[in-house]
Parts: sequence; structure tokens; C-alpha cells
Amino acid sequence: MPQKIQIRLASHRVSTSVAVNQRYPKIFTPGEVITSQNEFMRGHGTYEENSDLKASVAGVRQQVNNLISIRPLKSRYNGEVGDVVVGRITEVQQKRWKVATNSRLDSVLLLSSVNLPGGELRRRSAEDEHMMRQYLQEGDLISAEVQSVYSDGSLSLHTRSFKYGKLSQGVLVKVFPSLIKRSKTHFHNLPIGASVILGNNGFIWICPIINNSEDGASGFIQNLEEVVPRQDRETIGRIRNCILSLSQSKMMLYDTSILYAYEESLKYTVPELLVQEAMVDVAILTQQRLCMLEDT
Amino acid sequence: MSLCEAEKTFVLHGVEENFRLDGREREDYRPMELETDIVLHAFGSARLRLANTDVLVAVKIEIDVPFPERSKEGKLEFFVDCSANATPDFEGRGGEDLAVEIANTLSSAYRSKHAFDLTKLCILKGKKCWKVYVDILLLECGGNLFDAVSLAVKAALWNTQVPKVHGVNIDGNNIELNVSEELYDCDRLDVKNAPVMVTVCKIGEKCIVDPSVAEEQCSVGSIVVAVSGDKFSTVLQTGTGSLHPATLMESLKLGHRVAQRLDEALWATLRQIKPGQDVGFLK
Repeated sequence: MPQKIQIRLASHRVSTSVAVNQRYPKIFTPGEVITSQNEFMRGHGTYEENSDLKASVAGVRQQVNNLISIRPLKSRYNGEVGDVVVGRITEVQQKRWKVATNSRLDSVLLLSSVNLPGGELRRRSAEDEHMMRQYLQEGDLISAEVQSVYSDGSLSLHTRSFKYGKLSQGVLVKVFPSLIKRSKTHFHNLPIGASVILGNNGFIWICPIINNSEDGASGFIQNLEEVVPRQDRETIGRIRNCILSLSQSKMMLYDTSILYAYEESLKYTVPELLVQEAMVDVAILTQQRLCMLEDT
Repeated sequence: MSLCEAEKTFVLHGVEENFRLDGREREDYRPMELETDIVLHAFGSARLRLANTDVLVAVKIEIDVPFPERSKEGKLEFFVDCSANATPDFEGRGGEDLAVEIANTLSSAYRSKHAFDLTKLCILKGKKCWKVYVDILLLECGGNLFDAVSLAVKAALWNTQVPKVHGVNIDGNNIELNVSEELYDCDRLDVKNAPVMVTVCKIGEKCIVDPSVAEEQCSVGSIVVAVSGDKFSTVLQTGTGSLHPATLMESLKLGHRVAQRLDEALWATLRQIKPGQDVGFLK
């Protein structure tokens, strides 16, 4: 039975705010004076003009001792060494792949920084160069770690670990990079029956539970024959809609918040979670539970 | 953005299973948001947002001379503009083909007199008529452009106010029209049967409606049906794949059924509109 088609008037739009007690942080707009006292240091997202410190992006203020910076909500991804990212191959070049990672410039994955099938350490031969497209081709999704940042801000990635590599069946969700909470691990096997990779670059990968088999070649093999069962599919769809609900209300994304949102969403069916009211409801309930967790 | 094989497989199996990426069934639509009277200096306007697809339509009218072979009819023209803000693919002349395709489909859908009565736009037979320009701006692309555009066009035409003509002075070849100066002394256009378009997308063996960008990439071909009232006004096939006659009939039936549900939903929303409720882009 298909659902009713919903066309809502813009004047009936629901507010997506979940701020506790209506307390909003002050948001600076570009050009706004942050402070006129000149004992502060100029951090990211700020500039100095006529001895005033002004914001160059729209965001909230962060201060560490004398250093003032403005953290924007919406921005491209600024990579840091050690970050986990999810990206899409855009180009195959000589000895390197270009990867779209939501940064200003495409990132680079060198042939020498991937684990090739058949052993840890072996020389990269000319043959490997010819085989590059067999390993990863345009459009493929990978998970990787930032190895280094070049002087122009572009990133060099590596997949030298069993947990990184080519991604198989699943769904990619894109959110603002600033909504991903930094934590020890960004790979989560959620107990509800799905795996989530929270890329620091705002790309989130949701897929059926991965069984970590420790054979080196697994990084480049996709199983296209396997049909994901209905139950897994529903879980994945629900997590996807929950993440979008949280990101619509600008809530931080990490394993606990996603799990709570999932549990709170169970009273709705998966397609119902596309409706604004339900999305805001899930976000508010999640926010409340997170606050309770903080208080205790 | 191009998907990899594994993602496509996942989408394909989901369609077979009748459980798509976001949990919808094959015949489900994503929720939409509609707003009319959003451009102040236009005669009528509407903005429709369907997930990430954002369409702004403005209607402008002016007095013109009818075509000699259709002396009793007014004129209706569509123009589509693909903003490069929508997707980088539209940069330069990139969106032109798509724009022309949408505009042509719309004008062929509105051509029938059962869909939209052009004789109502005639002021003086053979001499003067209204010419209606429908300008469509694509602000964002999130899949399913045709459906969103057709709904927005219908809402904008519904919203259009045509000034009343009180009198005509004919002096030889000189024709002077006495157009009402009052702001609210206007006629509404009759859009009861204005066509609604539905894109039926074939993925694997099954057909779906309202495809997202990812689903559009997995499809081999799709059919756009324009339905006015309970009749087809235009059918268009897009994409590279070909369709089996049985599949074609099936997708036509599906499109017809869905278009009527869509039309109903649009009218229910249009009836709720009260003046002075505008929200605008900033909020």
C-alpha cells in the first residue's frame, strides 16, 4: 500500500531547532567584529582589520587561551593527519588515484600506500601500475586514513590496514563535516545489525555487518551476487533516515547519538521518517536522552 | 557523482524487494514543500522543493498579436533555465539540452485544448491576445526534475492573476485596450486540467516513481507521462534503454495512477493557501 503523497506549504514548515532551553550560542557572521582588544591572537576563520578582530566565516567562537578562532558549521573538509575519511575515486593516474573527499582539492591515494593482494611488503612493479584499474576504478568508494597534508591543503591518504579499503554494498550519506564528532574509532559495528563508518569528511557509510576476515586481498573484492536480506536493508534504511534527521537538526553524530536516534525512531516506519515532524521528533527525543546521560 | 557497481547492486536489489534506500515503496513520493506568490513583480509564481530538487517558476504576461492560423487563441511559452548552482554539470552550455527537453515536453503537454484552454487568453479575435511566459529556474537537482517542474508550473499558473480588460477602442488599425489598473481586479487562469508529469523509472525488471539521483543512475531508461484530468497528454521516453511493449503498458498504467494521486495532493495543498502567508527564501 503506497503512502499518501505529501505536499506541505512553506508556511507550515516545522522548526528543526532542538536547542535545550532555547539557549543558542552566538553565531558570528563574516565581517562581524569579535573583539577590539588586541591582546588576542588571530586563529582560523578570523582576520584583522583596523585593529579589530573580525570573523571571516559564519560560525561559533572558540577560544583557547589567547587564540580566538571561528568554527564554521558549513564548510569543505579540512583534513588532519590520522582522520578517517570515506571517498570516491574520481581518476586513475600513474601510480596514484585521485579521490573526492569533500575537501577543496581532490585527495591523492598513492599506489605505494595501499596494501596490494599477496603479502605485506613487496615491490610495486610496472605490472601493478597496469593493474591499478582492476583494484580501484572511477566511482569506487573507499575508506582510508589521512597520511599527510600537502602544502596546498590537499590530502595524501593510505589504506595500509585491514579495516580500510574498498567498500561493498551499502549506502553513502553526506552531512556537514563539522557534525562528525571526533572519537577514538570511527568504525562502528552497531548492535542493531549494521556497520557504520563515520568519515571525518562528512561522508557516512552504512552497510551490513562486516566480518573482519584477515586475508589481505579482501580489500579489493566486492561481492555483487550476495543479496542483502530485507531485515538488514530495513536497519540500514532506518539508520540512514535517523542520521539525516540528526543532521537536519544540526546534532553531533557519533555511535551513541545514532543508536539513541535509532531506538527513538522505532515507533515510526522507515518511510515515515522522511516526514519533517517525525524527523524533528526523533532529534528532540535523542537530544533529551543525551542530556540525561550527561547529567548522570 | 557516479556510483560504483556495488552501490548500484544495492539499489537494484532494494527495488526488487520493494524497499528503496530511504525505505520508500516503489510507488511512494518523497515529501514536498510548496510556496506560491514568492516573486513579487511576477504575475504568478511558485517554488517547489522535493527533497533536494528545488524549482522556482515565475509567470509573466503581456499583450501580443495572435498567430494568424490560430486567431482565437492566446500564446503560452515555456523557458527553462538551468542554474550552474544546481549542479556543476550545468556550467556553460551544459544544461541546455536538458532545458530544451523540459521546455518542449511542457509545451507539448499543454498544447491540447483539454489540458489548457488557450482561447481564454484571447482578447480580440485575430488582433490582441495575452501571451503567457512561464520561466522555470532549476535551483537544485536532486532527481526527478520533470515531476517537480510540472507541479511548480501548475501551481504558478494557478497563482497567476490576469488583469481584466474593461473595454476596447478600435480606431481604424489602432486598437486601444482599457486594462484595469486595480491591483486586485484580476482573473485567475483555469488550470483544473493542467497536466501533471510523472517520471516512471525502470530499474532492473521493476518500475518506480520519484527516483532519487542515485536511482536515476541505476536506471536504463525512463518514461515521462503527462496526465491531464484522466487523459494522457504527452509521453516521452528518456535514457538509452528500450522497453518491452508489456513493460511500456505497465508503466503507462502506473504513471496514470500516480499522476492522479499527485494531482489530488496538489489541489489539496493549493486549497489551503491563504494570502499573506509568504515565507520566502530566508527562513
